[in-house]
Amino acid sequence: MTTQLDARIPSGPLADKWTKHRAESKLVNPNNKRKFDILVVGSGLAGASAAASLAELGYHVKCFCFQDSARRAHSIAAQGGINAAKNYQNDGDSVFRLFYDTIKGGDFRSREANVYRLAEVSANIIDQCVAQGVPFAREYGGLLANRSFGGAQVSRTFYARGQTGQQLLLGAYQALSDQINMGGVKMFPRSELLDLVIVDGHAKGIVVRDLKTGEISSFPGDAVVLATGGYGNVFYLSTNARGCNVSATYRAYKRGAFFANPCYTQIHPTCIPVGGPYQSKLTLMSESLRNDGRVWVPKNKGESRRPDQIPEAERDYYLERKYPSFGNLAPRDIASRSAKEVCDEGRGVGPGGLGVYLDFAESIRRLGEQTIRERYGNLFDIYHNITGENAYQVPMRIYPAVHYTMGGLWVDYNLMSNVPGLHVLGEANFSDHGANRLGASALMQGLADGYFVIPCTIANYLATQLGKKVSPDRPEFRAVEEEVRGRVKKLLSIKGKRSATSFHQELGLLVWEQCGMARSRDGLKDALQKIGPLREEFWENLNVLGGQQELNQSLEQAGRVADFLEFAELMCLDALEREESCGGHFRVEYQTEEGEAVRNDKDFCHVTAWQYTGPDSKPVANIEPLVFENVKLAQRSYK
Amino acid sequence: MNFKLKVWRQQNENTAGQFRDYEAINIPAEASFLEMLDIVNEGLIARQEEPIAFDSDCREGICGMCSLVVNGIAHGPGKAKTTCQLYMRRFQDGETIWIEPFRAAAFPIVKDLIVDRSAFDRIIQAGGYITARTGSAPDANSIPIGKTVADLAMEAAACIGCGACAAACPNSSAMLFVAAKISHLGLLPQGQPERTSRVRNMVRTMDALGFGSCTNHYECEAVCPAEISATFISRLNRDYAVASIREGLAARG
Repeated sequence: MTTQLDARIPSGPLADKWTKHRAESKLVNPNNKRKFDILVVGSGLAGASAAASLAELGYHVKCFCFQDSARRAHSIAAQGGINAAKNYQNDGDSVFRLFYDTIKGGDFRSREANVYRLAEVSANIIDQCVAQGVPFAREYGGLLANRSFGGAQVSRTFYARGQTGQQLLLGAYQALSDQINMGGVKMFPRSELLDLVIVDGHAKGIVVRDLKTGEISSFPGDAVVLATGGYGNVFYLSTNARGCNVSATYRAYKRGAFFANPCYTQIHPTCIPVGGPYQSKLTLMSESLRNDGRVWVPKNKGESRRPDQIPEAERDYYLERKYPSFGNLAPRDIASRSAKEVCDEGRGVGPGGLGVYLDFAESIRRLGEQTIRERYGNLFDIYHNITGENAYQVPMRIYPAVHYTMGGLWVDYNLMSNVPGLHVLGEANFSDHGANRLGASALMQGLADGYFVIPCTIANYLATQLGKKVSPDRPEFRAVEEEVRGRVKKLLSIKGKRSATSFHQELGLLVWEQCGMARSRDGLKDALQKIGPLREEFWENLNVLGGQQELNQSLEQAGRVADFLEFAELMCLDALEREESCGGHFRVEYQTEEGEAVRNDKDFCHVTAWQYTGPDSKPVANIEPLVFENVKLAQRSYK
Repeated sequence: MNFKLKVWRQQNENTAGQFRDYEAINIPAEASFLEMLDIVNEGLIARQEEPIAFDSDCREGICGMCSLVVNGIAHGPGKAKTTCQLYMRRFQDGETIWIEPFRAAAFPIVKDLIVDRSAFDRIIQAGGYITARTGSAPDANSIPIGKTVADLAMEAAACIGCGACAAACPNSSAMLFVAAKISHLGLLPQGQPERTSRVRNMVRTMDALGFGSCTNHYECEAVCPAEISATFISRLNRDYAVASIREGLAARG
């Protein structure tokens, strides 16, 4: 049975929807706010900003993160910047343009109203962050500086050196710390969500394992806010932090929340290439480097000369050649696929031929090494440290890597999932980036959701919950806790031969091959046939040492891998059933002669929101049609 | 490459710990230090021995979660890097490597190489912020901030909160950590209204949590992955002195 999805998009002209919605949203009066407990899971940009802002309003907030401190959430690693339609550069930017760039960048697979709202509040984010003391880059006159970023022809990206995510997160973390000090937020670090508690169809609590003591307990709440990030680590190797996982959103999916567009994954074009099987993660080199670096490979296959020995005439600056108007700033999905193409042709560079050059020689000649050092010094240092090479002298070698996931739990305009009370923010939801996210838009979305959207929209739910507080004595809490305990016990009792890491690596390689940069019907079917048996082996041959009542990293990891092993199937199924190419989802069957993605707007201009139906049954695909009233669907062109 | 490891193992906060010997065999020179430990741990699991517990997350030097003392140096040899950015090519084949947790009275050991650094969170909670209610901010360009000041604030703001400064300091002082936040916020016009209360509350919380005093060893600066300059400590001392005098004057009426 498919469910009719109601996104609750306000009526009226696009530009008025958010103002109208705020005016028409329900309010909870200050005395009543104090009566509500909100559980925020995750302390990244979305979680920390939401927890702090909700507490400022007077709600009681409990915030959970698996790291040892809220400040370490993976938002901290974002390098390049945050977009905002401030038009400080007088270069023709506007809310509509940011909206349009984001919709187009997402290959017309996101919801107009949500994206417009994102563009609209983007300017407030910059104001808020500056007020908190975020040290954005400035011009000599003291005003804010901007840079340009992939997929846009205006300079609207605000940045703090190559550490924008860090500075924005510290701003949110400090606001959160203020609220912890004031008593509005109680923080639970080293705490991992293991399940969601549903009472009478509403999300009313979570079950958490204290990672220090191993204690499993449940927390009741009037609403649950998941801000737990993306699932990029299903590929094992990605630019995500080691701890990033799908468990919170996947557990919610198994409790009834719909998982939307899981096949939309973003492969970032500029990462340091894979070195060997020992590798535990991939390191991103900010896309901002493409402002001054030129991407090229040799024209000849099997070129063995050093890059500086290859004359200009024998170099192929393939992005500039194929996309003259955007050149090296082509959007991420296009830049990644082009890199794969030239490497598949045998023109890749470096070990294994899986790399392309990102060359700064011309910029250094034009601007001087000092300017390049000022703009990207820390990135060049990171590169040097990992590869031992000096990119001021030899071109960087880069290759695409999994970076971000656009799919996530389905939410309506209020950022509430189909499960009443369950709200989902940031990368964990599916809402704003369609099939491909533009650079510097993740930070924007995380903070838009947390600072400006949820503080307003959560009232629409809470106003209906006055006097309906759920008692923690309800049997639902005990039942879920027991299920979680049983699962943990099972993981510890298998006592097989393989570590969780070895399963994770095998799964990662499989989905990277078949559900990575290029996907085919046969490849996806192959993956779907192999994931099941791998999962079965996991539950028969896993080896987790140590106990439950202690800090046990192998156990934490095993739980996350167990969820990835189920989730991977959903991702491949979604990729198989979406018979078109769009954004980061490239199906080899659907491309032009030049290798560009071919969308199928007739059959697939919709969101697929998957509904869990049991362990051995195929999930149900619920459809939310995407209606475009303000933009004309076009084949994306960056030529 | 092969290495002999001397690794601190400790079951929990309440038990005694000790160094145990391990062999790291066939380690690629391109592997990071933590990847070397991953390889050792996979070997231990295969032999039914409990893996070595250590903290890490982003593995690109920015989250501040990794926290090892390698051969007696917080974050190991080399300047301006976290443990996760330390690569095995820096070591000699066959070398013996000593691996310990960050040690400071205010950072109790949780297990093996993992320590509890929540004291740093408590210092920030005591005042390491600018109170700015969401939604009430003026236009971002309404307060121009000269590039020099903004750049200096950014240098201080780059602190990743790893705790190496306190671990390296003979007095287990957290002065560099506190100085970084005090300077970041105190340099900016937005940070002025709370400047006095901020420094007072942060320093007093730092003292109460058991961090020692600064006696100018500069070990903190030497190990800091974010290259926070110890000159920020002078700024902290100045701000704290001013705050204390103001408090004294206020008390006299």
